[in-house]
Amino acid sequence: MELNREQLLAAYHQMRTIREFEECVHREFTGGAIPGFVHLYAGEEACAVGVCMNLSDKDYIASTHRGHGHCIAKGCDVKAMMKEIFGRKGGLCAGKGGSMHIADMSKGMMGANGIVGGGPPLICGAALTAKTLKTGGVAVAFVGDGGFNQGTTLESMNLASVWKLPVIFVLEDNGYAESTASSWSIGGEPVKRAAGFGIPGEQVDGHDFFAVYEAARKAISRTRAGEGPSFLHLKVNRYFGHFEGDATTYRRPGEVDKLRAERDCLALFRRQVEQSGLLKAQQLDAIDRETAALIDAAVVEAKAAPQPSAEDLLTDVYASY
Amino acid sequence: MAGEVTALTMPKWGLAMTEGKVVAWNVEEGAQVAAGQGIVEVETEKITNVCEAPVSGVLRKRVAGAGDTLAVGALMGVIADASVSGNEIERFIQEFRADTAGAAATEGEALRTSSVTVGGRPIRYLKMGEAGEVPVLLIHGLGGDLNNWLFNQPALAQKHTVYALDLPGHGGSTKEVGSGDVGAMTAAVIGFLDALGVERVHLVGHSLGGAIALNAALEHPRRAATVTLISPAGLGTEVNVSYIEGFIQAERRKEMKAVLGRLFANPETVSNEMINNVLKYKRLEGVTAALGTIAAAIFRDNKQALVLRDRLAEVTVPVQVIWGKQDSVIPPSQAVALPAAISVHLLSGAGHMAHLEQPQEVNKLIERLVASA
Amino acid sequence: MSKKSFRQAINEALRDEMRRDPRVILMGEDVAGGMGAAGEQDAWGGPLGVTKGLMPEFGRERVLDTPISESAFVGAAVGAAATGLRPVADLMFIDFMGVCFDQILNQAAKLRYMFGGKATVPVVIRTMFGAGFRAASQHSQGLYPVFAHIPGLKVVVPSSPYEAKGLMTQAIRDDDPVIFCEHKAMYDDQEEVPDEPYAIAFGEANVSREGEDVTIVAIGRMVKFANEVADKLEKQGISCTVIDPRTVSPLDQDTIIESVEETGRLVVVDEASPRCGMASDIAAMVAQNAFKALKAPVKMVTPPHTPVPFSPALEDIYVPGPSQIEAAVRAVME
Repeated sequence: MELNREQLLAAYHQMRTIREFEECVHREFTGGAIPGFVHLYAGEEACAVGVCMNLSDKDYIASTHRGHGHCIAKGCDVKAMMKEIFGRKGGLCAGKGGSMHIADMSKGMMGANGIVGGGPPLICGAALTAKTLKTGGVAVAFVGDGGFNQGTTLESMNLASVWKLPVIFVLEDNGYAESTASSWSIGGEPVKRAAGFGIPGEQVDGHDFFAVYEAARKAISRTRAGEGPSFLHLKVNRYFGHFEGDATTYRRPGEVDKLRAERDCLALFRRQVEQSGLLKAQQLDAIDRETAALIDAAVVEAKAAPQPSAEDLLTDVYASY
Repeated sequence: MAGEVTALTMPKWGLAMTEGKVVAWNVEEGAQVAAGQGIVEVETEKITNVCEAPVSGVLRKRVAGAGDTLAVGALMGVIADASVSGNEIERFIQEFRADTAGAAATEGEALRTSSVTVGGRPIRYLKMGEAGEVPVLLIHGLGGDLNNWLFNQPALAQKHTVYALDLPGHGGSTKEVGSGDVGAMTAAVIGFLDALGVERVHLVGHSLGGAIALNAALEHPRRAATVTLISPAGLGTEVNVSYIEGFIQAERRKEMKAVLGRLFANPETVSNEMINNVLKYKRLEGVTAALGTIAAAIFRDNKQALVLRDRLAEVTVPVQVIWGKQDSVIPPSQAVALPAAISVHLLSGAGHMAHLEQPQEVNKLIERLVASA
Repeated sequence: MSKKSFRQAINEALRDEMRRDPRVILMGEDVAGGMGAAGEQDAWGGPLGVTKGLMPEFGRERVLDTPISESAFVGAAVGAAATGLRPVADLMFIDFMGVCFDQILNQAAKLRYMFGGKATVPVVIRTMFGAGFRAASQHSQGLYPVFAHIPGLKVVVPSSPYEAKGLMTQAIRDDDPVIFCEHKAMYDDQEEVPDEPYAIAFGEANVSREGEDVTIVAIGRMVKFANEVADKLEKQGISCTVIDPRTVSPLDQDTIIESVEETGRLVVVDEASPRCGMASDIAAMVAQNAFKALKAPVKMVTPPHTPVPFSPALEDIYVPGPSQIEAAVRAVME
C-alpha cells in the first residue's frame, strides 16, 4: 500500500520528534536535570513509527525499557512525556512512573516496562479483551533481544498461538541486551523460533522505515483478520548506551559513528522520499525546525512544572481502599 | 397441682438457637414462683431474655447454675409443690436427663421456615404451634423479619397456631416490593393468608407492620379477629426519619450498632449477632433498593404519608395499642386520645421494640386480647 | 437460603457475576478441563471442582482453559483487566506464585500507581492455600502475607461458605487486583448461604462473637478453630471476642484495636509462617496502638518456621489447631 504525502510527512514528523526528544533527554540527563535511569531509543525510530502507523487508539502496544519512541509513535503527548521524565506534576503518569513506566492507556500505550519481558503477557490480555469484546483491535508486544529470551515472552507466544490471539510480537533486535551481543544470546533463528510456536514471521531491516511499515502492515492485517499472532524480527541499532551513563566499551570503536553515517533511519528516509520526488527537502527541513522547537518548549515547560506534593505520594495506589 | 413436678427447660428463641447460657437466677431455691414470672435470665448469641416459670409452685431445684451453657430443651430447674419429697425431685431430674438425652439434641436443631408463592413471588414464613381455632399472624416492621418475634412466637404457640412472615423486601421473601406502600404490603399479607387458606387471624403488627395490620382490618374486615398494634405506624404523621435513613444507609458494623441502639430503651440490648444478621440481610441484592422504595412510599417530607387514625372507629373487632415509653422512632404520644374502645398500654423499659424488650408483658397482652375475642 | 459448601458458594458467586456482567471471564489450568481432548468437556471444572458447570453455561469464550503457563495467563489476566475485562484467573496453588510472581508483583500491583492513576486493574486471582491435605511443601503453604506486603494488591482470606460467596462477589466487582485465597481443606465445609447475590465489603472485619476477656484474631480456616475454642472456654468462664479480618489487605485495624482496648488480651492465629506474617503484623500493630491496654503479652499461634511437611504425623503437628489456640488463650489469662 502506498503512503500518501500527508502520511509520509507524519511519519517523518514522528521519527524526527523521537530523535529530538532522545537527543534532548541525553543532554539534559548528562547535565544532571533528569533523575533515575533513562534508556534511549535514538537510531530505532523507523521501528516504532513503521509499526505504529498501522495502529489506531483501539489497538494496544506494550513497550520495553526503551519506551520513549513507542510512546511518541503511539500518539502520546510529548510535553507530558517530558514532564514525566523530569518527575514533575502534570507528567504523563503524574511523575510516578518516570521513563521506565511511561504509559497512556487512553492512547493504547500499556507502558514501558522496567521488567525485561514484562510486556508480552500483558499484551496477550489486551488481545484477549479485543477478541472477547470483538473490538477489532490488535495488540503489539515490542520486545528487545534481551526480552526475547525471557520465559514470559516464550510463554506468551505459545498462549497467543493456542488461543489464536490478535497479537503481533515485534522483536527489536538492536544488537545488545545491556552489554551482551544478541548474536550470542539468542539461540537459533528468531523467525524459526516463532515458527516453532506456529507463528509466521519475517526478518526486516529496522533502519528502513518503508520496509518496516510494509512488513508490519502485512502482519497486522493478517492478525487483525483473525488469523492469529504474527512475528517481526527487526534488525536495528541504538546510538546510545543501554542506559545513560553506559560507557559502551563493549562496542567497537567508531561503531556508532559509522552507523550514524551509513544506516541512519532519518537520513535513509529523506533520501528515499526526496529521490522519488514524493517530498521536498524544504518540507522536511521545516519539520526538523518544528520538532526542535517543540522539544525545546517541552523541556522549558518540564523544568518549570511544579514538583509533586507529599499528598501525591499516597494517591493512585488503589481505586478504593 | 400437688404432686406434680414440672421441668423448666432451656427455651428456643429464634430460628438458629441451639443452646443458651444461664446468666442469673432471679429467685432462690425454695421460693414460691407464679406462672409467667420471669425467674431466670438466659443469654443467647442474639439477645438476653428472661425465662418464665411455666407453672406456679416452688422452685425446688436450680439444676443449672449461672454461667452454665445448656442445649435447647435441657433442664434448667424444677418446679413442684412443697409437698413433693426431695427424693422424688432427684428421681425426676435423673429420669428427665435419661429421657431427653436424645430429645434435647433434636430440639436444638434449627426451626425450618417455609415459603409460599404470592403473586408469583416467594414469601417466607415460620409456623409454630397447632393449637387454637383462629391463628395469630405476626407482621414485623421496616427492616425487620420474622426473627423479630423470637420471644413472642414460641410463647404464643403454646395455645395457638402462630405465623410470622417476612414482608416483601425483607428476610427470605421476594425483594420486589411493587409500589412499596402500605396498600401493596397489605395486599401481600392478604395474599399470604389466601395462599395458606387461612380465613381469619389475630393480627399483630409492629411499626410499619402495625399500619399494615390496621389497614388489613379496615380493608378486609372479615379477615381480622383482633388487632394488636405495637408502636404502629399510621396513627400520626410524626416519625424519626433520620433513624430510617440511618438504617438504610448503614453498611458497616459500627454504624449499624449505633443505629440499632436507637430502637431500644437499653441500647445494650443490641447484640453482636443482631448486628451481623441485619448486615447479612442488608447485603442481599435488591434490599437497599427495596427499603428505599418502601421508605419513599410511606414517608413524605419527613412525615408518615398514611394516617389511619380517623378510621380506627371503623374497626369493629377488639383493638389494642402497645407502645414503649422510650420509643424514639415513633413517639408514644400518638397513643393518646384514641377511641375509647381501644385499650392502650404504655410499657416502661421499652423503646420501639417492646416485643423484644418486654416480651412477657407483650405476650400477656396479646393472649388477653385474643382470649377476649 | 440453604446449606451450601464452600465450593458451591464460590461457584455461585462466579456464576452470578458472569451472568450479571459479560466482561467477567475465567481462565486457568483445567477450569473447565478436557480442552482439545477427545473425551468429556468440563471434565474437571477446576482442580477441585470449584468452577464445574460454568463452561457449559458460558462457553469456551468465557471459561478459558490455559496451557500450564502461569506467567502467560496470569499476565494476560492482568492485561485484559487493564483493557476492559474483569478476569478471574485461577492460580491453582498459591505456591505457584513462584513462576508468575512478576506479573502480580510488578505489573498487577503497580500499573495503576506507575501510570499516575490512569489504569484500573480489576483482576481476581483465585488460589488455593493451606496445610492439612498431605500435599507437602510445594502445594500447601499459607503465603497470603507475601501478597499483603505488596501495595496495590487486596488480599482476601474467607473463613466460611457465607463469607466466601460475599467476598468473591466483592472481589469481582472491585476495581483493584484481588488475590483470593481459598483454604483447600474447607471446600466441603457447609453452612447457610443465601441464594441471592450479595457482596461483603473489604476492610471490615467480621466479629463472630463478642466477649470480655480475650480478643482472638484468626484468619481463614483458623476462624473456625478459634470459634470452637471460644465456645468451649465460654462454658469455663473465659469469654472471647473472635475477629476474622476477612481481608488481610486492607486490614481492619480499628476493630482489632478497639476490641483489645476492651479485653486487654490478644491471641493472633495465623496459618502463615511466623516471620513477617499476619500474626506478627497484627501483634506489632496492637503493640503500637493499644500497648497500654494490654494486660498480658500478645500470643501468636502459628506453624513453626519450616516448610510444610508431607508425613501426616508431621503435618498434624505443623498446622495450628484448637489445642494450641486454647493453650494460648489460657496463657494470656494467667
